[in-house]
Amino acid sequence: MVRLDYDVVIAGAGAAGLAAGTVCAQAGCSTLIVDREGRTGGILNQCIHNGFGLRYFKEELTGPEFAYRMSEKARHAGAEFALNSAITDIKQLEDGTFDIRVLSGKDGVTHLHARAVMLAMGCRERNRGAIATPGERPAGVFTAGTAQKLLNCEGKLPGKSAVIVGSGDIGLIMARRLRWSGIEVKAVIEIMPHSAGLTRNVVQCLHDFDIPLYLSTSVIRIDGKERVEKVVAAPLNSDRTPDTSRAFEIECDTVLFSVGLIPEMELARKLGVKENPATGGAEVNSAYSTSVPGVFSAGNVLHVHDLVDFVAEEAEYAGKCIVDYLVGAKTGKEFSSAAGKNLKYAIPNRFAAAKATRFLFRPTVVTDRAVLKAMVDGKSVWEKKLAFVRPAEMIIAEVAADTLHGDVTFELEEL
Amino acid sequence: MIYDTAIIGSGATGAATAYMLSHYSGKTILLEKAHEVCAGVSKANSGIVHGGFHHPSDSLKTRLELRGNELIDRLQHELHFPYLKCGILVVAYSEPELETLRKLYRQGLDNGVKDMEFCDRKRVFELESKLHESAVGGFFVPNGGTIEPYGYVFSLVECALKNGVSLQCDFEVVSGTFADGVWTLKSADGGEIKARYVVNAAGLFADEVSKALGAEEFKIFPRKGEEYLLDRNSAGRPERVVFPVPVKHSKGVLVIPTAGGTTMIGPTAEAVDDKGDTATTSDNFLKILKLTQNMVNGLTARDLITSFAGLRPVHESEDFYIAKSEKSPNLIQAAGIQSPGLTASPAIGEFITSLLKDAGLELVENPGFDGTLPPRYEARKLDDAKLQEFHDNDPAWTNIICRCEEISEAEIIEAVKRGHTTVDGVKFYTRAGMGRCQGGFCSAKVLNIISRESGIPMEELTKRGGKSRILAGKLGELEVK
Repeated sequence: MVRLDYDVVIAGAGAAGLAAGTVCAQAGCSTLIVDREGRTGGILNQCIHNGFGLRYFKEELTGPEFAYRMSEKARHAGAEFALNSAITDIKQLEDGTFDIRVLSGKDGVTHLHARAVMLAMGCRERNRGAIATPGERPAGVFTAGTAQKLLNCEGKLPGKSAVIVGSGDIGLIMARRLRWSGIEVKAVIEIMPHSAGLTRNVVQCLHDFDIPLYLSTSVIRIDGKERVEKVVAAPLNSDRTPDTSRAFEIECDTVLFSVGLIPEMELARKLGVKENPATGGAEVNSAYSTSVPGVFSAGNVLHVHDLVDFVAEEAEYAGKCIVDYLVGAKTGKEFSSAAGKNLKYAIPNRFAAAKATRFLFRPTVVTDRAVLKAMVDGKSVWEKKLAFVRPAEMIIAEVAADTLHGDVTFELEEL
Repeated sequence: MIYDTAIIGSGATGAATAYMLSHYSGKTILLEKAHEVCAGVSKANSGIVHGGFHHPSDSLKTRLELRGNELIDRLQHELHFPYLKCGILVVAYSEPELETLRKLYRQGLDNGVKDMEFCDRKRVFELESKLHESAVGGFFVPNGGTIEPYGYVFSLVECALKNGVSLQCDFEVVSGTFADGVWTLKSADGGEIKARYVVNAAGLFADEVSKALGAEEFKIFPRKGEEYLLDRNSAGRPERVVFPVPVKHSKGVLVIPTAGGTTMIGPTAEAVDDKGDTATTSDNFLKILKLTQNMVNGLTARDLITSFAGLRPVHESEDFYIAKSEKSPNLIQAAGIQSPGLTASPAIGEFITSLLKDAGLELVENPGFDGTLPPRYEARKLDDAKLQEFHDNDPAWTNIICRCEEISEAEIIEAVKRGHTTVDGVKFYTRAGMGRCQGGFCSAKVLNIISRESGIPMEELTKRGGKSRILAGKLGELEVK
C-alpha cells in the first residue's frame, strides 16, 4: 500500500478538475488529479462535436480538443495525475486534513493524504429507471450519453431507428449524431412546453434535419419483448397528465433518454457536505468552499452548467480560492444568498460582502425581457436588465464589492 | 445418451431439484428455454426468506416453507450466496390491525416458527427505528430476511454442475413422448433429450409443458408484482424486512432491505392475462410509494433507481401443486410455486427427489459429492490488506468498472468464466449496472470485457439472449441519407 501526501487532491479530471488543478499547481501547491478513466478530459472526450471553447480559449474547439488543451495546461503547471483510479472513500481526519482511499489496477490500494480536497466529479445522466418510464424492459434503451460513448468512442451503432426522450443538450446533439451515422431519428419528445437544451442546439440539431420535436408530450410506454419495438406517447392535458385519448405510437428499435443530469455527489456525502436541494450539489460560499472546511466544489458536480467554458472559469476561480485557503487567508464577514421568484437556484449560497462576487442563476421561465433584482430587507439594492431568458441557459451576474450589505434574495421579474 | 432425470426449468425449483439430485449418482439434465438460468419467475421477486407464519399449518406451503427456511441457512454457509438475515418485522398501524396480527402470530406459533416475538409499540421501534410514527405494534421473526434470488439460483446450479448435472439453455420443450420407459423431449428448434424421468418445473409455463407432455390439464394464472428499487444511500433503508398486515392473495406491500444493499418497495398484486407482461406503470409507483411512506420514514421518489415487474405463477388451488402426474408416467409436476416458493425451494427440491424415488428412480449416493463452492469475494467488501493481496495476484481486483456498486474487473471476468455472457447475466451475477446510473457509465466497459473474455464480437452481445442485441452494428455500416 502506497501513501502519498499532497496539498490538494482533486476528484475528477474533467474540465473543472483540470482548471482548478492548473491554478493550484501554478501557485506551487503539490496537486494530484484523480480520475477513473484512462485519459484526462472526462465526458469531453466523447463530445466530438464543436462549439466548445469560444469563451475560454476564444476559438471554436471540439470536446477532445478542449480536453487536450486543458490537460496540457495542467501538466505544464506541474499537476500530477492518477488515472484509471477510483476514489472509494474519503475521510476528514481530526486535524482537518483528509485521507482518501484510491483503487487502481496499477497500484492496488492507495491512501492519499491531502490538506484540501476539490470535488470535481461532474454529473451523471438521469435514466429511464429514475423517472420510472412505464413499459417493458427490452434492449435498446440507453441514456443519450451512453449512446454517444458507444458511437464516438467504441465505433458501434446503438440502433437503426431512434426516438429521443427529453430535449436536453446531449439528446439534441445525439439526434444529429445519429443522423450522421445513418440512424433514423423519428422524434424528440419533451414533457415541458419548451426545450431543455440550448436554442442553438435545437436549431442546428433538429430544425436543420427536420426532426420533429413534440413539446408538452410524455412517453407513456416503451414496448418490445427483446429489443425495443415502439414507444407510445401522449400530449399532456392542462393539468399535465397525459391525454391517453390522443396517444400515438412511434415504431423504433432504440430509445435514448436525455432527461437531465444529476451531480455525482456520492463521495461528498461521505464527508457530510451540506447539500443544496435545488442543484443536487453542495452548498458553497463565494470561495467555492463547502460546509466542510478544506472541501471545495466547482463545475457540474456543484450545479449543472450549460457550457464547459463556464465550468472551466468557475473551477479556475475555485482553484485560486483553494490556494488562498492553503495559505491561511480568511474570507471575512459573509451574508447568505437565496433564489426567489422565477429562479431555481443562486450560487454561491454565501458571499463575502467586501469582495466582488460572480453569481450564477438558473431561471425557471422563458422570457425575452426581464430584470434581475437583489433584494435586501425587502428592498431592491441592485438590478440588471436581461434580454434573453431560458431555463436551459444560466444567468451570470457580477456584483461589485460592497454592494450587498445583508442577506440577499434574488428575484427575476418579467417585463 | 439417456439421462435418468430431465428437469424442465432452471428457476429456484428446478435448480434446487438439480442440486438435490446431484447428491446421487444418476445422470440429471437441467433444461432452460432462455439463454441463461434463472430468467423467469425466480429472477424478479422480492427475494424474501419467509418465516413460516403466513399460511395455515396444514398447507403444503407451510411445511415446505419451514423446512426451506432451515435449509437456506445451511446452503448459505456452503454456497455463499448473498443472504441478509435481518429478520422480519410485521407491523400494525392501527388497533384493529394489531388484532389481526395476533391471529397471524398465533398461526406462526401453531406452525412451529422459532423465536417469534410479539411486540408492543416501544419494542417495534427498538427493532426498527425508521418505522412510521403511526405504528402501534407487531411481531418479529428473527429467522428470515432477504437473499439475492438470482445469486441463490446461480449458486445452486453451479454446485449441481460441479457434481455432475448437465445444463442445456436455449432449450424450450415443445413436446414429449414416453415409450419403452423413456421420455423423448423435443425443443422448439428441433433438439432432442431423452430421460427416464421428467420434472416439470416450468414456472409460469408449467401448464403448457404439462399439456405438451400429455399430462394433467390445469391453468397457471400470472399475477403481476411491480417492485421499485431505491438507491443504497436511501434514508429509508430499514434494518428489518417490514411487512404490513397481509391482504387477500398477497402478503402486502413491503419495505425490503435487499441483500445487495439497496432498498426495495413493493410488490403490487394484479392478475394479468399475458405471461410476458412485465411492464410497470407510473400509477403503481406512486401508489406503492405512498403506501410505504406510511410504513417507514425516509422513502423518497428522488432515490428511485429503477423498477421491474415479476409474475407469480398462481395455480387455481392457490397452493403449490407438487405431485407425481396421474396421467403421464415418470413425470413429477411442480407447478404454482409462488410465494413462499423461493424460501421453500430447497425443501421442494428434497420433496421432488423423494417423489422421484417413490416413482422408481434409483437413488445411489454420489461418492464424489462436494456440496461446497469456493467463497465469492467482492472488492467492495474486502479490507485494504486483503484487497491488496488480491491485487498482487491479479491487478483486475482493484480496477473498478462499475462505480456505483464498486464492482471490479476481476468480478466481471469471473462471471463470464462461470458462463454469464449476456449483459443481464453479468449484471445479476456481479451487480455491475444495478446501481444508480443503471449502467450508464460502465456498459461500454462491461461490453468490452464480456467480448474479450468470451470471444463473442461486441455487436453480437445481448441483454438476455435471443434477439435482445445491445448494438446494431459498427459505425459506417449504415447508409447516411
